[in-house]
Amino acid sequence: MAEPQHLKDHYQEARIFSRRLIVALLAIVALLGLLLARLYNLQVVNFNNYVTQSDRNRVQVQALPPTRGLIMDRQGKLLADNRPSYTLTLIKEQVNDLPGTLNLLSELVELREDELEGFHKRLKQRRRPFEAVPLSYRLSEEEIARLAVNEYRLPGVKVSAELVRDYPLSDLLAHSVGYVGRINDREMAKFDEESYRRYSGTHTTGKIGLEKQYESQLLGEVGYQYVETNARGRVLRVLERIAPKPGANLELFLDAGVQQEAIVAMGERRGAVVALDVKTGGVLALASTPSYNPNLFVTGISYKDYNALNRSLDLPLFNRTIQGQYPPGSTLKPMLGLGALHHRVVDPSYRVRDPGFYQLEGEERLYRDWKREGHGNRVDLRQAITESCDTYYYDLAFRMGIDSIHSFGSNFALGRRTGVDIPSERKGLWPSRQWKRSARGLAWYPGDSLNVGLGQGDVLTTPLQLAAMTATLANRGKFIQPRLVKRIEGEDTPAVVQQMYSVSDEHWDYIFSAMKNVVHGLRGTAQSIRRGMNYKMAGKTGTAQVVGIAQGEEYDSEALIERQRDHALFVAFAPVDAPKIAVAVIVENGEKSSKAAKVARRVIDRYLEIDAELEQKRQQQELENAHNNNRVQTDVTTLEQGNRPIPQQSSGLLPTSSSGNPLS
Amino acid sequence: MSVGDFQRRMPEASRDLRRPVGVLQRWHIDWPLLLGLLLITVYGLVVLYSASGQDFHYVKRQSVFFLIAYGVMFTVAQVRLHVLEYWAPWFFAAGVVLLGMVLVVGVGAKGAQRWLSIGGFRFQPSEILKLAVPIMMAAYLSKRLLPPRFRHVFFSLVLIGVPTLLIMRQPDLGTSLLIATSGLLVLFFAGLRWRYILGAVGVLLASAWPIWMFVLHGYQRQRILTLLNPEADKLGAGWNIIQSKTAIGSGGIYGKGWLNGTQSQLNFLPESHTDFIIAVLAEEFGLLGVLALIGLYVLVIGRGLWIAVNAQNTFGRLLAGSITFTFFVYIFVNIGMVSGLLPVVGVPLPLVSHGGTSIVTLMMGFGILMAIGTERRRVSIG
Repeated sequence: MAEPQHLKDHYQEARIFSRRLIVALLAIVALLGLLLARLYNLQVVNFNNYVTQSDRNRVQVQALPPTRGLIMDRQGKLLADNRPSYTLTLIKEQVNDLPGTLNLLSELVELREDELEGFHKRLKQRRRPFEAVPLSYRLSEEEIARLAVNEYRLPGVKVSAELVRDYPLSDLLAHSVGYVGRINDREMAKFDEESYRRYSGTHTTGKIGLEKQYESQLLGEVGYQYVETNARGRVLRVLERIAPKPGANLELFLDAGVQQEAIVAMGERRGAVVALDVKTGGVLALASTPSYNPNLFVTGISYKDYNALNRSLDLPLFNRTIQGQYPPGSTLKPMLGLGALHHRVVDPSYRVRDPGFYQLEGEERLYRDWKREGHGNRVDLRQAITESCDTYYYDLAFRMGIDSIHSFGSNFALGRRTGVDIPSERKGLWPSRQWKRSARGLAWYPGDSLNVGLGQGDVLTTPLQLAAMTATLANRGKFIQPRLVKRIEGEDTPAVVQQMYSVSDEHWDYIFSAMKNVVHGLRGTAQSIRRGMNYKMAGKTGTAQVVGIAQGEEYDSEALIERQRDHALFVAFAPVDAPKIAVAVIVENGEKSSKAAKVARRVIDRYLEIDAELEQKRQQQELENAHNNNRVQTDVTTLEQGNRPIPQQSSGLLPTSSSGNPLS
Repeated sequence: MSVGDFQRRMPEASRDLRRPVGVLQRWHIDWPLLLGLLLITVYGLVVLYSASGQDFHYVKRQSVFFLIAYGVMFTVAQVRLHVLEYWAPWFFAAGVVLLGMVLVVGVGAKGAQRWLSIGGFRFQPSEILKLAVPIMMAAYLSKRLLPPRFRHVFFSLVLIGVPTLLIMRQPDLGTSLLIATSGLLVLFFAGLRWRYILGAVGVLLASAWPIWMFVLHGYQRQRILTLLNPEADKLGAGWNIIQSKTAIGSGGIYGKGWLNGTQSQLNFLPESHTDFIIAVLAEEFGLLGVLALIGLYVLVIGRGLWIAVNAQNTFGRLLAGSITFTFFVYIFVNIGMVSGLLPVVGVPLPLVSHGGTSIVTLMMGFGILMAIGTERRRVSIG
């Protein structure tokens, strides 16, 4: 059919168009209605939801980490401080070319392999977009300057300042104060909701020592700020701020001067020195040598440094004072002697013949005295302590029996943790009949008692236990739990005291005088240290055989021989008639106990010296204060024309080294 | 034109002759349409200032675009309709050839080749087709007996299909669908029989699955999936929709105030000065602000439809109907997309979104509308 062009009906076409236009108009109305319904739904019905969502977009909560509490010694010297440290961070989203940027950075700053490794690890972890990822810590001034100059070439690279823990005395107090380090995955796994809240914004936690023990007090309370940010996370303004509460400051009994003296006196030697304040149980010095620099751990120690520390034969990371377990040797003799007196096993007139050995009835075995020819025919307790006569003590131990030895020794913190306020304390071993039966499945033989009486065999003690035992002796039986922290944010820490059943004073006096003879007697085993001493010291020497040697192929024979030598021990307190300080010293493989005694002498000397200085200062202050007070008082009296008594309490307000002690 | 036609029109023409001819009429300007467009322009610039992060640079650029676009509109309004009708096939053919060139020597961005660079001047040939397709369709169908017969419908579909497929290949799904729509609208206004329409809808529904599997690109599928469940990928593909809905919703009835929208001013809203600009308006001026803009749009659309009804011939009617309705489709698709009703297809909000080519094309369309609207006077006077 041909196309009927001339039959085009314009009116018909216009009518069709009009009808279609009406359909289109209806469609427009319907679709507009749909749009308006949608807008009504968003802007009116769900208005509140979207306002909340838009605020959540805009407003973010940022944690403000609190400043960690400071740790200072008894004279206020800072042992743990916070100082600003500059950290190099990258915002990945703003870095155009990551490998190129890292290359450029490695030219500008020193980037260690492990830092890069850690950075890539952190980069893979879940994080907010535009969050800065740390790359390198502790930038030097020069590095910061170099980065600033090249800033234009480094988009997304930032240098941020944060407070980082610092130990100004470095290795002096590594074992007592400890250190903080980055929170690791294992610690994170133990976190509960509350911990997550408290540690938001804080990246470190106490790992060992006081830093770990007092973590919750030192940490402080996290603060918050509500900030308005843009989509890139940049803070535009602070809407509200809740300031963080800094952590509590710790004031220690410890004296950095005494500690220093102990470390210096130990020199190159391995070993431990513990000094306790007899009256308070406060730890004056806690030295384990060799030590290490705790600052290395704060921002992450390098593998190289860590391996060097961890693989060292000298075990610098090992805290000998509370974890080292040594046979106490003859240092137990005064305590055992006291027990024997108390249990009436011996009395001062009891004497023993010493041919240089001891024999149990019906046994072949000879128990040898350290002195081959013996100490003579009439050895009494005083001589046995002064000269450290073994034969006397074999006899004493045999006659006293393990049960009495065990129960008496238990009063002196042997075989249990002293409860000192740093973690990971070991408890040593103070053998008993029950212990041997359950641990070894064997009955107790009299020979075992002889070993215990000499502080050998199975007996193990930590240097801290020996110091606590000595302090308990000096306190005439009052055991005060040793502690490092004297005040937390100005509040005195409580003393935990155990008073053992009373031993008569005459026994104490006897033992004290015997111990004094060890140092001051002509034949005392530590008489070599008494020259120039202007006070009286009570002490006891000891040597302990090295039981097991860790065998290693790399050990050269000379080192091996050196490490097989006996440990030298010395315990002491001074001054004898008014004891202030108790000390225990162990010099590993020191052979001669006099080496340990010399260290103890230096520590005690230094302590008494500092104490005298402090006392002098205190008196001077008191005098000045009293003077000032009087003057004020005079003014008042002239004003009031009154005649009231002058108040005397002013001196009591002064902080002194002993005023805070609830025991004195 | 037959004598009969002329006679039938005479009484109306003589009435118009008696009316005084004003300046606007003389220059083929339809004043209600111009008023609506000017109001939208000013409103759009106010919103753009806020949406571009209070950067006057964009407002200046946009103003320059508008000056050019109004100039183009006035020029096009002077063109006689029969000239347009005569040149329609050449206009259309040129557009298709340029589209073909895009696929061969085009310049691309973000995985799509849409631009043609001739002598340092870059433009999108698909913009030409936005007008060339409806003009071609109107020219073709107005010469046929209406309602169109099957073979005319078939040929029309070929005419629509060629540029649509070429643009789809770029790939630019949104534009190709809008261009197809503008052509199909001409068919619809020409009286396409309902049985064809219903049949086509049936075929489309049946072929939905093959299209999904073989025609759509991965990112296009992703957009549709994101629309269905934007929460699934909050920081990725769903980000835009979540942020724009948040912006619109948090505006409420009265809005947060000009320059006070947190979503847009703090950069949470992506594309805030281009495709997503309605979200800025909704956040800062609230539902009332959106209603005001839609009111202005309705004014323009209403006037467009009035021009279509009163057009002097079928070509004018069909073209005016298609241009006006396509304008509405742009508005609906953009607002629907930003408010989460439709997939994100990259359609700007007419006359408000920042961007030169789309404004010039739109104003060219309104120029044609004005030409159609004032055609009667031309015939009568001339």
